[in-house]
Amino acid sequence: MMFSGILVNNKKSIGAIAVLLFTILLGVNIWDMCAAPANAPQLFLSEASPLLRIDPYSLWFNTLMTGCSLLYLLLMNKEIQKVGAHVAEYFGLIFFIMCGLYILSTYNNLLMLFIGIEILSIPQYILAGSDKRNLKSSEAALKYFLMGSFSTGILLMGIALLYGGSGMATGHGSFYIMDYVSILHTDALNPVALAGILFIMIALGFKVSAAPMHMWTPDVYDGAPTPFTAIMATVVKAAAFFAFLRLFQVAFNSLSAHWTLVLAVITAATLLVGNVTAVFQQSVKRMLAYSSIAQAGFMLFAVLAVNATAWQGIIIYAVAYSVATIGLFSVLVKLKDYTYDGFNGLAKTNPLLAFTATIFLFSLAGIPLTGGFMAKYYVLLAVVQQGQLMWLVIFALLMAAISVYYYFRVIIAMYFKPGNAELISPVTDTDKILLIVTCVIVLLIGIVPQLFLTVFKV
Amino acid sequence: MILIFLILIPLITGILSFAVKGEGAKMLALISSMITMVVSALVSGTNFKETISYSHSWIPTLGTQFSLSADGMSSMLCLLTGIVVLVVMIAQVNKDVEKPGAFYGFLLLSQAGLMGVFLASDALLFYVFWELALIPVYFLCSMWGGEKRIPVTFKFFIYTFLGSLMMLSGLIYLSLQTPGLTSYSWADIVRAGNSLPPQTQMWLFWLIFIAFAIKMPIFPFHTWQPDTYETSPTPVTIILSALMVKMGLYAVLRWLLPVLPAGVAYWSDTVVILSVIGIVYASCIAMVQTDIKRLIAYSSIAHMGLMSAVAFTHSTVGMHGIMVQMFNHGINITGMWLIVSMIENRWGTRDMTKLGGMATIAPKMAIALVIISLASIALPLTNGFVGEFMLFNGLFRADSAAHISLMVIAGLGIILGAVYTLNMIQKTAYGEVSKMIIAKDLSINEYLGLAIIISIIIFLGFYPKPLLDLTAAIAGLIVK
Repeated sequence: MMFSGILVNNKKSIGAIAVLLFTILLGVNIWDMCAAPANAPQLFLSEASPLLRIDPYSLWFNTLMTGCSLLYLLLMNKEIQKVGAHVAEYFGLIFFIMCGLYILSTYNNLLMLFIGIEILSIPQYILAGSDKRNLKSSEAALKYFLMGSFSTGILLMGIALLYGGSGMATGHGSFYIMDYVSILHTDALNPVALAGILFIMIALGFKVSAAPMHMWTPDVYDGAPTPFTAIMATVVKAAAFFAFLRLFQVAFNSLSAHWTLVLAVITAATLLVGNVTAVFQQSVKRMLAYSSIAQAGFMLFAVLAVNATAWQGIIIYAVAYSVATIGLFSVLVKLKDYTYDGFNGLAKTNPLLAFTATIFLFSLAGIPLTGGFMAKYYVLLAVVQQGQLMWLVIFALLMAAISVYYYFRVIIAMYFKPGNAELISPVTDTDKILLIVTCVIVLLIGIVPQLFLTVFKV
Repeated sequence: MILIFLILIPLITGILSFAVKGEGAKMLALISSMITMVVSALVSGTNFKETISYSHSWIPTLGTQFSLSADGMSSMLCLLTGIVVLVVMIAQVNKDVEKPGAFYGFLLLSQAGLMGVFLASDALLFYVFWELALIPVYFLCSMWGGEKRIPVTFKFFIYTFLGSLMMLSGLIYLSLQTPGLTSYSWADIVRAGNSLPPQTQMWLFWLIFIAFAIKMPIFPFHTWQPDTYETSPTPVTIILSALMVKMGLYAVLRWLLPVLPAGVAYWSDTVVILSVIGIVYASCIAMVQTDIKRLIAYSSIAHMGLMSAVAFTHSTVGMHGIMVQMFNHGINITGMWLIVSMIENRWGTRDMTKLGGMATIAPKMAIALVIISLASIALPLTNGFVGEFMLFNGLFRADSAAHISLMVIAGLGIILGAVYTLNMIQKTAYGEVSKMIIAKDLSINEYLGLAIIISIIIFLGFYPKPLLDLTAAIAGLIVK
């Protein structure tokens, strides 16, 4: 993909190549998944390297996320081509992001975590600033880069402390997450390792935009070109969450008593900030930025609950949230005006766009029979199963009711307000089919979620 | 198997209706509601002997099943839903709405949701239908309602949605307490609830009850109701007041009283007192209303208040009375709204001070108004009397003296009810003749719709036995 820019001059064919390559990626992922239980030859060997550990969960997660990204590329292809001159680079950077995602979902070593996060983040800094003529875009890139580097520094600090902490008893430290399971016993508690965990939590919290490390999110999401916001807010965030869960569930499980309360407070703050601030936004794009903070609050529930349901929760949440948000952004990108008023009367000018957007908004708000409901259900179930933190569950439900307010404002604008929503790019038949497919996926997750959790039966 | 048709018919025709242009949607809705009505009658017909159930696996990992079951109470409410929707459709025949495809589509979808709520015997399925019934109504009110509709229905939606979420968390908690694996089936939820210590039941009670209290609505959760009724188009007001408020009461009887007995016992007095306050408060406000729609909205709060008060006094007669009264109230209030919409149609106003003389210029309509109003104040030989008599009987038989004194206050509500209802008849049907915009008595379809309502009122007033038989067994079960 990287070199396609040199070889091909036509913007359209670059887009097509990207889609093709993504399809191959998806195929490879599915191949490996089917091959794993049957002991058939695999393309990526599970034990290829001690640095990565490929298990069924991560393979399945990769497959789903590749699928989401493919959907994203199909829906946004034309829009990406419009952003600027360096189209091949944009697609290339998206592939880098995917590379980071694969590392994050399979890492077995904290250094790989660090490398994965960097590979995931650096292309995003560039993408955020890709619209060079727009001041907001440049601001977003700079802000994202500065804050991102800062948080990476904290992550490295955390890893170093953890390495030191894990070596205190034995004399030699370890970066392997499996080792922490045996080393970090509650009785052999040491403050250095705990500080390390706290630093890592803050750094990852930054990546998933958990409050109070969320300050960059609205500006970056708002400033970045809309097609790139769509992937930053969805697949990337899901990857960061998967990494978060993997680390805390596998490595730091035994210490959960020490970090649960801190994380619970972070979760509550994230829900509060995300939902309450989203209410006051005038721009739908900015509202979606805050709503992504709010949704992150719900995904944090999966990290909080250290049990098997949490894995199902994070996977279903990642898919449901990504698909709905990508769909919504692909509707948004067609509109001229990103404020609520820009949506006025969309139901009349373009009923299909309005209808699909309504389904996506239902899903984000967590209305039953859509994916968002099942996603919220699974993560809340995971926490309720733990038996503690009932106050947080009730608080989250209150916040979910608030979220209905701002999601439904868009529906109200589309259906009940008079107006003439203007589109900047025409809706082609392909777009229509893709939007309907996206809708069907959202509904499928809501009606038969087990379809997306088949891996858990194996 | 027959049960699934009760949901599928309105669901499929509802979805189809969105694609149909013009008058076709109206006919489709009429035919669909007729078939549904016949099926629901069949269900209630076979139900004297046995409980019908149907189940299919849905999400096994969550312990939830697509399971429906109809006992006396469920099939009675399904029958009510069938009749009311049919009457609504008949009354709509000569009326035009904008975008009929979507309008009738949403009406039928909400009917599917209501049927689902009344039939579901799995808690998660129940929740899904509970929301499914709400969303079409939200769209109906917001798109076809009167002025101020958007903020009013928005308030209504957020209010009820918040309640539903609370209920959901309560149900999740209960499902995790079930013996063995997680299960949402009604029997398991009941077992789980009963096994909980009283302390837990006490807070769980409110988590679940609040959703139902908002739907019914019980004082002080009623604030969404008068505005929503007023701004909604008449067919939607009928769906809301005749059927959706019954969802709340039904849910109390099905998913609260048997599930959390200790919690219910502890909070009974509180709920009864709130209900009685609601009766008196709503009746007083109804007396000073000049808008007929608001008057009926407040009278509905009073009626529901009486039923919810009795629901928490644990007597078999009372419980039986609630069942009968749920049906009767649904029928009567449907008739009321129909007449109100006819009045609004013909006089162009709902203000009682500007109305009068209906008996002289539209005698048939006036007769219907009088009969339905008398039924709603429970005159003997109308259906309202049977239900209300049983309700008061139930309150009297309650074990505590406090309940009896409360009954006296509730009785005050009935007297006030007679005051404002008779006042309304007097002002609209008699007195000085006011000018009509469209000078016409009942049209054929309106005549038919009201005839169905009035014949049910009189038939059940004279011979309530079929309704009593249908619900006798289940009333006894709930009290136990």
